[in-house]
Amino acid sequence: MIPSDLRYTKEHEWVRVEGDVATVGITQHAADQLGDIVFVELPEPGRVLAQFATFGVVESVKAVSDLFAPVAGEVLEGNASLLATPEVVNSDPYGTGWMLRIRLSDRSQLEQLLDAAAYEALTAEG
Amino acid sequence: MTEIALPTDGSRATPLLSRHVALGARMIDFGGWQMPVQYTSILNEHRAVRERAGLFDLSHMGELFVEGPDAGPALAGALVTDPTSLEVGRAHYSMICAPDGGVIDDLIVYRLAEDRFLVVANASNAPVVSDALVERIEASRSILDDGSLATALVAVQGPAARGILGPLTDVNLATLRYYAIAEGVVAGMPALVARTGYTGEDGFEVFVDNAAAGELWDILLGAGAPSGLVPVGLGARDTLRLEAGMPLYGNELDRSTTPFEAGLGRVVKLAKAGNFVGREALTRAAKAGPRRLLVGLAVRGRGIARHGYPVWAGDRRAGIVTSGTQSPTLGLPIAMAYVAPGDAVMGTMLEVEIRDTRAVAEVVPLPFYSRAR
Repeated sequence: MIPSDLRYTKEHEWVRVEGDVATVGITQHAADQLGDIVFVELPEPGRVLAQFATFGVVESVKAVSDLFAPVAGEVLEGNASLLATPEVVNSDPYGTGWMLRIRLSDRSQLEQLLDAAAYEALTAEG
Repeated sequence: MTEIALPTDGSRATPLLSRHVALGARMIDFGGWQMPVQYTSILNEHRAVRERAGLFDLSHMGELFVEGPDAGPALAGALVTDPTSLEVGRAHYSMICAPDGGVIDDLIVYRLAEDRFLVVANASNAPVVSDALVERIEASRSILDDGSLATALVAVQGPAARGILGPLTDVNLATLRYYAIAEGVVAGMPALVARTGYTGEDGFEVFVDNAAAGELWDILLGAGAPSGLVPVGLGARDTLRLEAGMPLYGNELDRSTTPFEAGLGRVVKLAKAGNFVGREALTRAAKAGPRRLLVGLAVRGRGIARHGYPVWAGDRRAGIVTSGTQSPTLGLPIAMAYVAPGDAVMGTMLEVEIRDTRAVAEVVPLPFYSRAR
C-alpha cells in the first residue's frame, strides 16, 4: 500500500530521491482524505524552497490544503499535466500524480522524514 | 448487517447510520448529526444524480407537523408566506423571519389536509424553528407536533427517479406535480411522497417512520441499482444545489440577511391578510431596497472561490463569497456572493481574492445549471 522506497512528511507528502533530484507528491492517504482533487497550484521553476516551507496548494471539491516541501532546494519543474488532469493525484498519487521536482540541496534532511513504516503508523493513528 | 454503536459525542444518528458505514461512507458532523459526506466520490455521486439517480438520507431534516382548525392562518402569522393559499396536497418554499426581518430558516411547507401542515426545516435550525413556531401559534387553536426525531426522510433524485420509485408506490407519480405531496404506500410502508428536492433535477422525497427507514433504503437501493442509482452524500448535495442556484442556510441565508438580499423577495407575501412576524421590518426593507445582492460568479481561473473569500471591484471591496465549488457539470469554478447592488449587474467583471492572488469573476445569471425539460 505505502511504497517502501519513499520518505514521508507528517503532512502527507512523499519524496523520491534519484541522484540529486527529489520528486515530490502527496500520499494516497492524503488524496483519499481530500476527495476529488480539482486544482493543484505549484511554484514556478527557479524558486528556492526551504525544508517544510509551503510550496503550493491542492484543492478538492470540498477542501483546500497547503503543500509542504519535504526537502529544501530549487524547483526544477512542476507537473504541468496536473493543470488539465488534477484527478490523477487521486488515481495515481505516487506515479503520474507527482507534483514537483526539486534539486536536492542537503541530503541529510532526508533523515528528518518518516520511512514507510513510520508513516503507516502515523496514518493508522487516524 | 453490523450494528453500529450510537455516537457518544452527543451528536445524533439517523436510523440509516449503520447502512452508511457499511457502504463505506465518510461520516461528518452536520448540524449536530452524524451524516455521510461521500460514499465514493463527490464527482461520481454528483454525475449520477445529473445523469441517472441518487439516493439521499435526509433524516436529519426537521419535520414539524402543525394541526388545528386555524393551522393555516396560524402559520401565515408565523412565516413570510401564506400557507392558507396552498391547496391540499401542494407545497411552497417559505421562510421564518425574526422581527427584524432576518432569516431564521428557510423551509418547505406542505399542506397535508385542510387543517394539517408539514413544515420541513434545516437540521441545525429545527429546534429553533420548532420553539419559534410553538410560541407564534400559541394564541391559536392549533398545535405543533415535532416529528423530527421520529421521522426519516429519504430522497430519490435524478432523471431516473420516477422510473425507480413509480413501481414501488401506489402514489401516481405521473400526476404528482412539482411541489406536491401525497400520502400512500412505498414498498409496503406508509409514507408521504413529495415531488420536491434540492438538486435541480426531477425527484422525490419520501417521509416514513424511523422504523421503516432501513427497509425503505435497502429496497430503493436495490430497485435503483439497474438504473445506475447510487447513494449520495452531503458533499454532492452541496455541489448539486449550488449549480442549481439554491441557497444554503448558513452560507447564503442567516439571521443578518433579509429575503430581499438573497433574491427571494418574491417569497415574502407582504400583502397577505393579517399580521406576521417581521412584516414591519420586511416592508421597510422592501421599500429601501437591498444593501447587497446575491449573485452568481463564473470564476476565470483555476482556484476555487470559497465561503468567506473577499470580492473586489478594483481597489474597492465589493462583497464576499457565500459558496463556491468546481462545478462538476460545467467543469468551471462557480460561486455565489453578496455584492453591492451596483456590482450585481450581469456581465460585470469582479475579482475574487483566492489566498494571495486574485481571480477574475464575471457576474452571471443564477442558476448555473437548469435541467432540460
